[in-house]
Amino acid sequence: MAYLDHAATTPMLPEAIEAMTAQLAVTGNASSLHAAGRRARRTVEEARESLAEAFGARPSEVVFTSGGTESDNLAVKGLYWARRDADPRRTRVLTTPVEHHAVLDAVHWLGEHEGAAVEYLPVNGYGRLHPDVLRDALAQDPDTVALVTAMWANNEIGTISPVAELAAVAREFDVPMHSDAVQAAGQLPVSFADSGLAAMTVSGHKIGGPYGIGALLLGRDHSPVPVLHGGGQERQVRSGTLDVPAVAAFAVAARLAGERRSEFAAAVGALRDELVQAIRDAVPDAVLGGDPDPAGRLPANAHFSFPGCEGDSLLLLLDAQGIECSTGSACTAGIAQPSHVLLATGSDPDLARGTLRFSLGHTTTRADVEALAKAIGPAVERARTAGLS
Amino acid sequence: MTQTSQRPLRVLAAMSGGVDSAVAAARAAEAGHDVTGVHLALSANPQSFRTGARGCCTIEDSRDARRAADVIGIPFYVWDLAERFREDVVDDFVAEYEAGRTPNPCLRCNEKIKFAALLDKALALGFDAVCTGHYATVVAAEDGSRELHRASDMAKDQSYVLGVLDEKQLAHAMFPLGDTLTTKDEIRAEAERRGLAVAKKPDSHDICFIADGDTQGFLAQRLGRAEGDIVDESGARLGTHEGAYGFTIGQRKGLRIGHPAPDGKPRYVLDISPVSNTVTVGPAEALDVTALTAIKPRWCGAAPTGPGAYTAQLRAHGGETEVTAEMADGELKVSFATPVRGVAPGQAIVLYDGTRVVGSATIATTVRRTAVTA
Repeated sequence: MAYLDHAATTPMLPEAIEAMTAQLAVTGNASSLHAAGRRARRTVEEARESLAEAFGARPSEVVFTSGGTESDNLAVKGLYWARRDADPRRTRVLTTPVEHHAVLDAVHWLGEHEGAAVEYLPVNGYGRLHPDVLRDALAQDPDTVALVTAMWANNEIGTISPVAELAAVAREFDVPMHSDAVQAAGQLPVSFADSGLAAMTVSGHKIGGPYGIGALLLGRDHSPVPVLHGGGQERQVRSGTLDVPAVAAFAVAARLAGERRSEFAAAVGALRDELVQAIRDAVPDAVLGGDPDPAGRLPANAHFSFPGCEGDSLLLLLDAQGIECSTGSACTAGIAQPSHVLLATGSDPDLARGTLRFSLGHTTTRADVEALAKAIGPAVERARTAGLS
Repeated sequence: MTQTSQRPLRVLAAMSGGVDSAVAAARAAEAGHDVTGVHLALSANPQSFRTGARGCCTIEDSRDARRAADVIGIPFYVWDLAERFREDVVDDFVAEYEAGRTPNPCLRCNEKIKFAALLDKALALGFDAVCTGHYATVVAAEDGSRELHRASDMAKDQSYVLGVLDEKQLAHAMFPLGDTLTTKDEIRAEAERRGLAVAKKPDSHDICFIADGDTQGFLAQRLGRAEGDIVDESGARLGTHEGAYGFTIGQRKGLRIGHPAPDGKPRYVLDISPVSNTVTVGPAEALDVTALTAIKPRWCGAAPTGPGAYTAQLRAHGGETEVTAEMADGELKVSFATPVRGVAPGQAIVLYDGTRVVGSATIATTVRRTAVTA
């Protein structure tokens, strides 16, 4: 088995499993006043401090959520509503066409139902938004902008955005900016304080923590309108009883991911470079997606388009040989659509149908890369025979 | 005759999300084949949920198929063949009706999608065969060639809709449900025993791409309304219609002619003329067809030489009738021992020699016992 889909989810770290299973046996609602509640609250608050440290934030800036999708929805919708309520002129939402669907569909929904004017700022051929493009858009009429949202690193092609520069531009105009840092966390130095962002999304299961837990790092000046109403937990922004075992395990994973990051990034980056070279050797006309400069892309990401192939066919052929990867594009009922990310970067639509994303992680070995190196050439040859249907 | 090879094959099982294809895939896997499930997405804008018992193109069906594959323990993928399906099946269906003919889209789908687009892709990807939940039997003749036969249970037989397959297609077809005497209840019981949740799912009927079953509405939306005359055999105008495509030869209901025929007998659609946009009606006797010609023949094996006696089936759930058939001038000429009714151009005629499918062709013209003069 060669698991090369860590960007989808990565195995939990043993230390995180240990922290989680220990807490599963403990009773306590972190909102209760009695001893059991206090015990649970202590676990939560220690986890909050640990996460804050790992992501360069203050503990009070950590809002626990159910994961990346919820954090994105809370930031995008909540900030939009709050900013528009404070000044009804603020209906513009500035974003990019390469965002994850959790942002893309949320802003689309705001446009359809809440009167938002969504502007998809053009990105370059690597999927990167230039700060000048953002400045021009903001300068047109800054008083009408509700928020900016632009991802830290792209989940398909791995392109890293100049987030701090973009956030600085937004701050020039006093407009809050959100960034989805789900893929960046654990691979890049991600500091909420240094970024200058108003809000930032992170997720547990992409960094060796459990599923179903994430956080929105939220500057203390910002009070998004809640998406979930209820008991008023998490700064009145996100109601719901906290999942103490998941919170504890998430914090352990974040701490370890932070401690091991630079070593991990170097090691996984070297393996990724070998993988890229192996694919180029086996399939000379394969097209690398995203930034060819390793400094400009996530160290664990490789993305290729294979001319004349259906991504689906390649996936099936590799899966049958125990090599697990992704076409990288979103699915509707399992039907692969040409990736919106590739289309936004100007890729030919036919080429965009034959993509594979290989994402490495903390369990990836050279043997995994070698297995892929051996299988990819014949798989591409066979998929080309099957052609584009 | 022997059953087809039991050598383990790499099999691609087409899984609609229904009970038949799920049990077929399970049987193929149990027989030791290396089975991969695939659901064909045939609609560009799938509906979220099934409405009634119709349709095979919803997201729910895709999930049902996926769940069945999980239980069987086989890999599962969804392949998007919506564009090919629209071009080869849906557009053809509409065009045939527009030309006054009555097509069978299921045959067309088997010929162009399941055992062409899907089979070609499967073979290219290294599979040996495509497996479906059809009730029919493939047997290897003594000379090694493949023959398509009726299902063991004549009541469930679906060889008619597979009559378009040629020998090459048959060589890569697998119908695990065809060779057992199994009632639908027994298939459902087998699904239940195998832990397949689709065991209780209602059967699909009608045309999968017309979710609400309203074929006339579907055609009206695409072809528009075009008012024309309903006339009798003498040409006398009896009423009007909103589009000749809305009628099928042999149709009795829905003519909406205010007054009865002079002899008081019911009237039937005898002829549809798209050029003059006229529908001709008349008595049942005028529907009697004694002979027909059919085009685009497809043979399962060698084409017949000279006139021969066969049995013929003219529609999916129709009975058998004795015919004499021969190829002449590239057309199949068929004459019936006893006149048959309700034969419409566009329908497929499938010829059988006993239980063996000889071939099929598309009905082009019919010869009536009484000439339709209008």
